[in-house]
Amino acid sequence: MHDTPDIADRRDAVCVIGAGASGLAAIKNLREHGFAVDCYERETSVGGAWNWRHDRSPVYAATHLISSRPLTEFPDFPMPDSWPDYPHHSQLLSYLERYAKHFGLGEHIWFGTEVVSCEPVGDGRWDVTTQSTGGGSHRVQRYAAVIVANGHNWSPAKPEIPGEFRGTVIHSAQYKDPAQLRNRKVLVIGGGNTGCDIAVEAAQQATTVWHSTRRGYWYAPKYVLGRPADQVNDRMLKWRLPLRLRQWLYRRTLAFTTGDLTRYGLPAPDHRPYESHPIVNSQLPYYLGHGRIRPVPDVTRFADGKVELADGRRIDPDLVITATGYRPRFEFLAPELLDTEEDGRPDLHLHAFARKHPTLAVVGLLQPDAGLLPLAHWQGVAVARWLRLRHDDPVRAAAVQQKESARPVRSWSRRQVIPTRRHWFEVDHIAYLKAVGGLLREMEPAK
Amino acid sequence: MSDNLLRFEDWTSPVPAVEREVVSRLIEGETEQPPLLFIPGPGRGAWAFAEHWLGHAANRGFPAYALTPREGTDTRAHVHDVVQVAASLPRQAVLVGHGQGALVVTRALGRYPARAAVLAAPVMGRAGAIGAGFKANPFGTLPAVFGGRLRLTKRQLFSAALPADEADGYLNRMTFHRPLRASAPPRPVGDPPVLVVGSPDDRVVSRKSLDRTAAEYGGAPLLFPGMGHELMLDAGWAEPIDAILDWLTKELSAS
Repeated sequence: MHDTPDIADRRDAVCVIGAGASGLAAIKNLREHGFAVDCYERETSVGGAWNWRHDRSPVYAATHLISSRPLTEFPDFPMPDSWPDYPHHSQLLSYLERYAKHFGLGEHIWFGTEVVSCEPVGDGRWDVTTQSTGGGSHRVQRYAAVIVANGHNWSPAKPEIPGEFRGTVIHSAQYKDPAQLRNRKVLVIGGGNTGCDIAVEAAQQATTVWHSTRRGYWYAPKYVLGRPADQVNDRMLKWRLPLRLRQWLYRRTLAFTTGDLTRYGLPAPDHRPYESHPIVNSQLPYYLGHGRIRPVPDVTRFADGKVELADGRRIDPDLVITATGYRPRFEFLAPELLDTEEDGRPDLHLHAFARKHPTLAVVGLLQPDAGLLPLAHWQGVAVARWLRLRHDDPVRAAAVQQKESARPVRSWSRRQVIPTRRHWFEVDHIAYLKAVGGLLREMEPAK
Repeated sequence: MSDNLLRFEDWTSPVPAVEREVVSRLIEGETEQPPLLFIPGPGRGAWAFAEHWLGHAANRGFPAYALTPREGTDTRAHVHDVVQVAASLPRQAVLVGHGQGALVVTRALGRYPARAAVLAAPVMGRAGAIGAGFKANPFGTLPAVFGGRLRLTKRQLFSAALPADEADGYLNRMTFHRPLRASAPPRPVGDPPVLVVGSPDDRVVSRKSLDRTAAEYGGAPLLFPGMGHELMLDAGWAEPIDAILDWLTKELSAS
């Protein structure tokens, strides 16, 4: 197959990669700032991770939001106030579909098209090579900027467990329906939100459930004092309570509600509250208390067809589900473009702007302690405003860039978290929005 | 005016949901035109627009909706309702607010990127509400000065050209409340075109107030001499709505 050699020049148009929540927000805000946009989406519909029809969607039948509606919706397109505090994943998809339709985004999206490579050609412009999903001839087009919104919850990170196992091992990405658990002996590996959700579903379906976690976590309930827990938490942030006091209140609140989970055999947390990604699950302690979920330590290997644990015990599940998360992947970009470190972690300003390429940005690569959509929206606004400023007033743009490079990483990235892959992009939503707000102010259009 | 990123009020105490009445006149088949959402001030209902303007707009190809404001004078709740209804429409909507509904629209513009906005006889804040009314109707207006109810009369709302029984009928359907309070208006998100329309003979909103509001949005008001405050109910209601739709058509084709 020959690649077409001629390059179609799209001039000032911007290329957006991915039409999930972050990509849609990017298209809308770029359009609002007067840019022509070509968005490439490998699937045939919008919604990205939230579209359960997509191969790479991580959602399972019972996935509900873990941040409440007001902290999850786009700031300029609210979800219906008649929806529950914690909507179902299908509601989130219909919300994204309505967002796309409302703002007429569909006409800017090329569905069934994936991006093969993006190469800088000097002067901030990019050659973007695309092809039909799963094959076909290549097509190269030149853009003024590239916005990457390909998501970071689609490429499963699978643990290497040595030895032979006689049962089935699947990653949580392959877990879709509670019927997969019915009448089986299930081991769920992973203490994140997905691991806890699946453990709870297994408790309702399976005959035996083991839940293996490496460390103790703070398991927050979904409701505190009769309100969604994140809304109560934001009240403390509104009052600017210092971290130490919030940590104390957090411990007190958990003591009053969830209680001491070490009683059931879970390890005590090895970190203070707010130092790991929040785990929100009201039902896990309930099933621990009913003996339906048995907490076990780390898995070391498979031996004699069984599972050996760190404490030397052997258990005999017939289904192992590894809820061990996902890795960010950007195959279409050379690693140095995003200053990607050896372990695969990109180093971006505000987790969004490439440090050496002013016309390359990533949207939605965050793990906030609240909903992602509002943050992705403001990232989209910042990127659009930045590109507009760079186009209209290069001198002022250079000054902003200069000033921005002096912004301390500590001011927007939550540094004090346990150092694991799932905390690479951990941010405190308030601190992060303040930083983005500061950048937006600097780029305010002159009136 | 800066971007409003931290919305603690919405995050920690969301506005309670209520059943909302939305009246519509729709178009059969596909339409190029964006939907229009009409917002009256508190104390009036969607009926005020359903009377003439909704049907007229629909006849000219614009799907038209009107919202009945909820009870009470909590500005934040009214803004919430407008943004909720706007976001529920199939396409990016044009917001058209009348009287204190225009004030609600200016606040909603900070929350929702409207396709365009129209402020008809806009009553901006308490000072605006007291405006020209003090001369025309001192006793109805005086309580509002002290945070009380603002009572308007037939003479303020309608021109002499409207038959008295029609005017009385409309007046009977209205209720009067304390004017809405609001802080400074936010910068509209998405930079929509904004039009101010009014009447120099409006005895609720002064000419000066109209000019000031229009200037804030970088224009001059479009004036309909001889009409009372209720542009959508008064005799000659067709003129302002036609002018609004003409302006919209021009603005939409420009971008």
